[in-house]
Amino acid sequence: MTSPLVIDARNISKSYGKGSSTFHALKDVTLQVAPGESVAIVGKSGSGKSTLMHIIALLDTPDSGSLSFNGRDALALPPKKASELRNKEFGFVFQQFFLTPETSVMDNVTLPLKIAGVSPRARRERALAVLRQFELEDKAASNANDLSGGQKQRVVISRALINEPTVIFADEPTGNLDSATGAIVEDTLFQLNRDRGITLVIVTHDEDLAARCDRQVFIRDGVVVPSGAGVAAA
Amino acid sequence: MKATDLVGSAARNTLRSKLRTTLTVLALFIGAFTLTLTTAVGAGVTDYVTKQVASLGADDVFIVTRTAGDTTEGPRAYDPKTSSASSATGGPALPGAGQSDPMTEADLEKLAGISGIFRVDPVQAVAVDFVQYNGGGQFELSVNPTSSITRADLLAGAQLSESSGTRELVLPADYVDALGFADAQDAVGAVVPLGITDVLGARHQVDGTVVGISQESLLPSGGGANPAMVSALAEAQSAGIDTGPARYPLAVAYFDPALSSAQVSDLQESVAAAGFGVQTIQDQLGVIKTVIDGIIGVLNAFAIVALVAAAFGIVNTLLMSVQERTREIGLMKAMGMRAGKIFALFSLEAAFIGFLGSLIGVAAAVLAGSALNAALSAGPLSSLPGLNILLFEPGAIMGIMLLIMAIAFISGTLPASRAARKNPIDSLRYE
Ligand SMILES: Nc1ncnc2c1ncn2[C@@H]1O[C@H](COP(=O)(O)OP(=O)(O)OP(=O)(O)O)[C@@H](O)[C@H]1O
Ligand SMILES: [Mg+2]
Repeated sequence: MTSPLVIDARNISKSYGKGSSTFHALKDVTLQVAPGESVAIVGKSGSGKSTLMHIIALLDTPDSGSLSFNGRDALALPPKKASELRNKEFGFVFQQFFLTPETSVMDNVTLPLKIAGVSPRARRERALAVLRQFELEDKAASNANDLSGGQKQRVVISRALINEPTVIFADEPTGNLDSATGAIVEDTLFQLNRDRGITLVIVTHDEDLAARCDRQVFIRDGVVVPSGAGVAAA
Repeated sequence: MKATDLVGSAARNTLRSKLRTTLTVLALFIGAFTLTLTTAVGAGVTDYVTKQVASLGADDVFIVTRTAGDTTEGPRAYDPKTSSASSATGGPALPGAGQSDPMTEADLEKLAGISGIFRVDPVQAVAVDFVQYNGGGQFELSVNPTSSITRADLLAGAQLSESSGTRELVLPADYVDALGFADAQDAVGAVVPLGITDVLGARHQVDGTVVGISQESLLPSGGGANPAMVSALAEAQSAGIDTGPARYPLAVAYFDPALSSAQVSDLQESVAAAGFGVQTIQDQLGVIKTVIDGIIGVLNAFAIVALVAAAFGIVNTLLMSVQERTREIGLMKAMGMRAGKIFALFSLEAAFIGFLGSLIGVAAAVLAGSALNAALSAGPLSSLPGLNILLFEPGAIMGIMLLIMAIAFISGTLPASRAARKNPIDSLRYE
């Protein structure tokens, strides 16, 4: 048998609200991701992409279905273990930057390590190494607010990488950027995927970005559909 | 997250929104400032009074008077053996011992008969006209006839001797210059005449030796005299005439100094039950202390009100902060920060605000208070050496800081628990 799936989500359903106003955001969704794979979750706005990503990243719980991470039942994990897993194994890039204002780039980037309880010295070294990679070394002391959009997104990716995750979850990583900076960010993500074997789960409605991934999963109204025909937003 | 990182992050987060933190800190500052000053005044005055009491010593005496008004209905029938003339111009007395009926020999016997009382010394009232030195100016002097049972706060010389046959005097410090001595030490050993007018109007002089110079204090200043001096003065005053039944404004009753304070109050009750007004020296000072404690209590209440208002300020500030930082909280949770740590982070922010407010408030109070102390001691309170109206005790200051930090911390728990309960997804979706 080959190495187990990084993510194995089966028959995931999730609904919001109660009674007649119940809204089924995900219906019986199954998604499997192998180690080192890059997967795009594509669909129109409101189709349930972010909801699915939140569930497989253990940020949210499904109403029904099963989920395992590296062969372990992820839904049965006690909250402490789930937090630890997110802290150690996952890197997050969200739809918005989520940089803490009035706080230095250094502090923003080292947040996951701080939460993990890494010593300040080791945090700094690690952060400088990552920032160097993204040519942001000289911005380490700057206020995160004072960066350009592209720089901010690179800071966000630095933050996602600092704990050397096995999976990076990226929700519209280029949604906030112009096409040139967007391209740089894309290149960076795929380079990490290629060079370090980091698994990528990218939520997007951008067909070009989706096409660069190994595999595309199309979602329409909370259901996985076989092909992209008429699914991705124009 | 490590504890040091939590504290560091909390401190940094508080400093991120400077204006808001400043305003919240200001409210705490006022509370801390007031509380520190009022506590210091309380401590300063209490310390002073306590020292005065300690300097009085005399743990084994009661000051006994006849309780006024312990009469039967209507006017009392005159009895030359026991009755004495009431007069509102009784002799000098200890503080708190108000004017009352004089005591008679019969009273003294009754008092001495109470079990537990070793000895009763009547206090003779003497009205000295003046004191003089070396033919210089004459100055009024009131002589405290009970001074030999207490210990004076001495600048120079020695305490009065109760048993000595020599006529001894203790003069207050401000007589040193007036009488023409070089300094307090110079006055010790000098023989000074006291002028006194007898009941027939004739003037007499009685010499006494100055054995000590006392510091001025809250307690009645005035000179002290030992029993030998007092009786010499009393003799001169009476002009050798039997002026009827002996009358004393008060008497000093001695008991076993080894008695416990409970036993002392039992004894005190039995003396009071026998129809006497009875006070220990501590009782007399207790009145002063009660008044001071009352004033300090009112001032402290104001400080507490300020702190309660400040507590609501903290709740408000942090609730706003939690709301504003919803996404930051969501992000931290997404990255694996546990709810408990989020709670700790926000509570610590509150405690840090408390720390800032109390530190600045206490520091400002100590600075302002020390300046005030110096000014008061040099000016209005210069006549009471040894009185520092504001006494800053490290323990009390620590206590105030801890109290304020605790208030801040408790105020922070509501916003902090709200932050800790936030669902990471809702927080991430929050606009
Ligand atoms: N807390 C919630 N309560 C009610 N409905 C919700 C909630 N969260 C999400 N939804 C609904 O679930 C559906 C899926 O939302 P989701 O955020 O997954 O969409 P998406 O595919 O990521 O869209 P976009 O591309 O615009 O980000 C939407 O219709 C949304 O309104
Ligand atoms: Mg989305």
